[in-house]
Amino acid sequence: MTTRTLQFNIYRYDPDQDKKPWMQDIAVEVDSTDRKLLDALVKLKAKDDAIAFRRSCREGVCGSDAMNINGKNGLACLTDLSVFPAGKPIVLRPLPGLPVIRDLIVDMTQFFKQYHSITPYLINNEPPPERERLQSPEDREELDGLYECILCGCCSTACPSFWWNPDKFVGPAGLLAAYRFIADTRDQATSARLDNLEDPYRLFRCHTIMNCVDACPRGLNPTLAIGKIKAMLVQRAI
Amino acid sequence: MKYSVSVRKFDAVIVGAGGAGLRAAIQLSESGYKAAVLTKVFPTRSHTVAAQGGVAASLGNSEEDHWHWHMYDTVKGSDWLGDQDAIEFMCKKANECVIELEHYGMPFDRTDSGRIYQRPFGGHMSNFGEKPVRRSCAAADRTGHAMLHAMYQRNVKANTQFFIEWMALDLIRDSEGEVLGVTAMDMETGEIVAFHAKATIFATGGGGRIYYSSTNAFINTGDGLGIAARAGIPLEDMEFWQFHPTGVAGAGVLITEGVRGEGGILLNAQGERFMERYAPNAKDLASRDVVSRAMTTEINEGRGCGPNKDFVLLDISHLDPATIMKRLPGIREIAIQFAGVDCIKEPIPVVPTAHYQMGGIPTNYSGQVVVPGRRSQNEIVPGFYAAGECACASVHGANRLGTNSLLDLLVFGKSAGESAVDQLKQSPKAHKEMPQGEIDRALTRIDRLNNQKDGASVHETQLEMRRTMQKHAGVFRFADLLTQGVDKILQVRENVQRTEIKDKSAVFNTARVEALELDNLIEVAVATMVSAEARKESRGARLWYKECNRLDYKSVKLTPLTVETIELKTRAY
Ligand SMILES: Cc1cc2nc3c(=O)[nH]c(=O)nc-3n(C[C@H](O)[C@H](O)[C@H](O)COP(=O)(O)OP(=O)(O)OC[C@H]3O[C@@H](n4cnc5c(N)ncnc54)[C@H](O)[C@@H]3O)c2cc1C
Ligand code: SF4
Ligand code: SF4
Ligand code: FES
Repeated sequence: MTTRTLQFNIYRYDPDQDKKPWMQDIAVEVDSTDRKLLDALVKLKAKDDAIAFRRSCREGVCGSDAMNINGKNGLACLTDLSVFPAGKPIVLRPLPGLPVIRDLIVDMTQFFKQYHSITPYLINNEPPPERERLQSPEDREELDGLYECILCGCCSTACPSFWWNPDKFVGPAGLLAAYRFIADTRDQATSARLDNLEDPYRLFRCHTIMNCVDACPRGLNPTLAIGKIKAMLVQRAI
Repeated sequence: MKYSVSVRKFDAVIVGAGGAGLRAAIQLSESGYKAAVLTKVFPTRSHTVAAQGGVAASLGNSEEDHWHWHMYDTVKGSDWLGDQDAIEFMCKKANECVIELEHYGMPFDRTDSGRIYQRPFGGHMSNFGEKPVRRSCAAADRTGHAMLHAMYQRNVKANTQFFIEWMALDLIRDSEGEVLGVTAMDMETGEIVAFHAKATIFATGGGGRIYYSSTNAFINTGDGLGIAARAGIPLEDMEFWQFHPTGVAGAGVLITEGVRGEGGILLNAQGERFMERYAPNAKDLASRDVVSRAMTTEINEGRGCGPNKDFVLLDISHLDPATIMKRLPGIREIAIQFAGVDCIKEPIPVVPTAHYQMGGIPTNYSGQVVVPGRRSQNEIVPGFYAAGECACASVHGANRLGTNSLLDLLVFGKSAGESAVDQLKQSPKAHKEMPQGEIDRALTRIDRLNNQKDGASVHETQLEMRRTMQKHAGVFRFADLLTQGVDKILQVRENVQRTEIKDKSAVFNTARVEALELDNLIEVAVATMVSAEARKESRGARLWYKECNRLDYKSVKLTPLTVETIELKTRAY
């Protein structure tokens, strides 16, 4: 089996041992069965078991292993090793803008707080029918591109507005989720949801910089959803 | 080393926030009880998120269907090893539980009349095995994702209290055997806390990581099973593992059976649709054990594809690209990402891959954990419940039908929650006294790990375990391989007892977590190997090669709740 050596430059910080963060140079041998960055990270961890990162599904659906890879946010399990140019170390850092717990693991409390702030559940106060609530295939299609979010945080931590105001600006992931419920014909709380976002910070800190779209490993488009919410607010005002 | 362990009191503690744990949590929170839900990962990162194809319910949205037909298929699929009372209970409850999900907001695909979309799936037939029926309720090929998020959202609404990135370590039982909660570690700080509860529900998922090639996530380490086994609770049906026919060759990532439900076919190196030979009626949609064995036979007999003739092909290139984009968008992404092929144009290389653990912590259909005791074979362990893949109700018997697992976690997650609520209503106000010795079980393990010198590497040891399981307890089971396998896996266990980690930090120590997980995995692996060796018959997903037939009537419970027993037959699809 052909093997090759990959060079890494990894952000390390263990508050239990380190006074401040440092960058570790470390190399690892991978073979042809190692396709993704996560495969290489698992081998790295076999060499140095103290490198800390999150991972679970290894197929891009759980959202655990978001990190900053050569300057861009992404999921290690969906990043092909073949894309890295030979001879240059792969630089891995934690997602930007959130407090680091250790190494590549960030504290996502603020990110989830914003998700929770948009009442992320279906609101329908009519007593539920015996059977399913009906929804036409066309109405259901409105949810495509919205419900698939895996809450990985790649988008919000690539957004300058979220870096500056993580406590006030909902951020792209939260706003995408907000629109997921607004767009659902079964949900009855549209006007309350719009009230909740009509605020100079919560929604309007988005300046359509589009970093979020670029960062999303699931190919979702939070900017589009944000635009639709803004349009609804404008519509409502007139 | 001394640890101070603080104690926190709750009405109930639920370990696991996948489908089963979240469903149980809804029951407790909406009944007004104070429950702590512990999970190693943020709830929506639990492996239920990866489920693709759908959840079974005889809603009959596209054609006539009946829970009794579903029950028949499940009993037959289980090779008559499933409990027929539990199976009847599950199939009858299916519609109610799936409709509830829809009411929670789950974005199911829809039929033209606005109802939940249903697709055919392996082993699901109408009219007692006549022809395939559309029973699998689906949200594209992301059913688990849609379901898990909807249930998490419902829990946000119900104000459930989560302990995220907390790992349960061991069970706390008193001298009468009653379960009083768990010890757990806060992964972020390393702090250890005893969760003192009147009811404890395990929903920790499967242990598919015992195999080298598996569709399971890294976190599927069978923790609940390891914990239960260490506390003296025997595991049931551990020799039965399901090998899913279509894992991406080399990567192990799953390709849902829904692909065949939508019209995909399996081809060997000669381009032959070989399932027509093995299952003339159901063809590519025969039940999973049947298809996996057929594939393995094709490969063993030299009709595999590729340079090493070690996989077969799953072809959907004859389907309308629009159907693929609408019903199977996630599969297309997986094929591109992990097989390097665009399935609109090319077939996907696939092999049978370890997928699902049919056995587990034994329960009755109310989710109460039962053990063989002095008075009966099924004595209830007071205060202890289990649901989902970690439990064995047992509805899957020797082989689970696709889409019955998401159903299992809904139905039994709910019934475990209901049973816990019933118990809490009758429980005295005060918690029972906590025996200190029980807390020490977890502390001893942590202490051993902190002080181990010249030990075994966690990484190497888990690799050795996974390779051993793959080689000795795979799709076909051979007597000599199993006998050797038992010796080997017991040797691996000795290494597990002396694993060493270099990382000694208190903060988010993932090396420690992996070592503790290995303690659990090895219990699952040993139980699997030993019981596979001991059961000398061919049944469902575990087939003894050549010499053995099914030993019928052995410990099989054949009395359903209300309908007549489905009589034993030879399985043919
Ligand atoms: C790729 C794939 C596709 C599938 N597709 C389908 C399908 O289409 N239809 C179907 O019916 N079935 C499917 N299955 C099977 C089904 O998804 C699983 O059996 C089911 O989701 C298991 O759910 P669960 O709630 O029991 O466990 P999980 O979802 O695995 O959740 C386990 C939970 O327990 C927690 N946990 C574990 N150990 C500990 C611990 N020590 N301390 C604290 N928390 C802990 C975890 O953090 C997690 O929250 C699929 C399985 C796979 C692998
Ligand atoms: S488009 Fe809006 S949400 Fe997205 S990165 Fe830019 S400012 Fe942030
Ligand atoms: S929108 Fe995309 S990047 Fe943002 S959290 Fe969801 S999946 Fe991740
Ligand atoms: S490990 Fe789940 S998204 Fe990468």
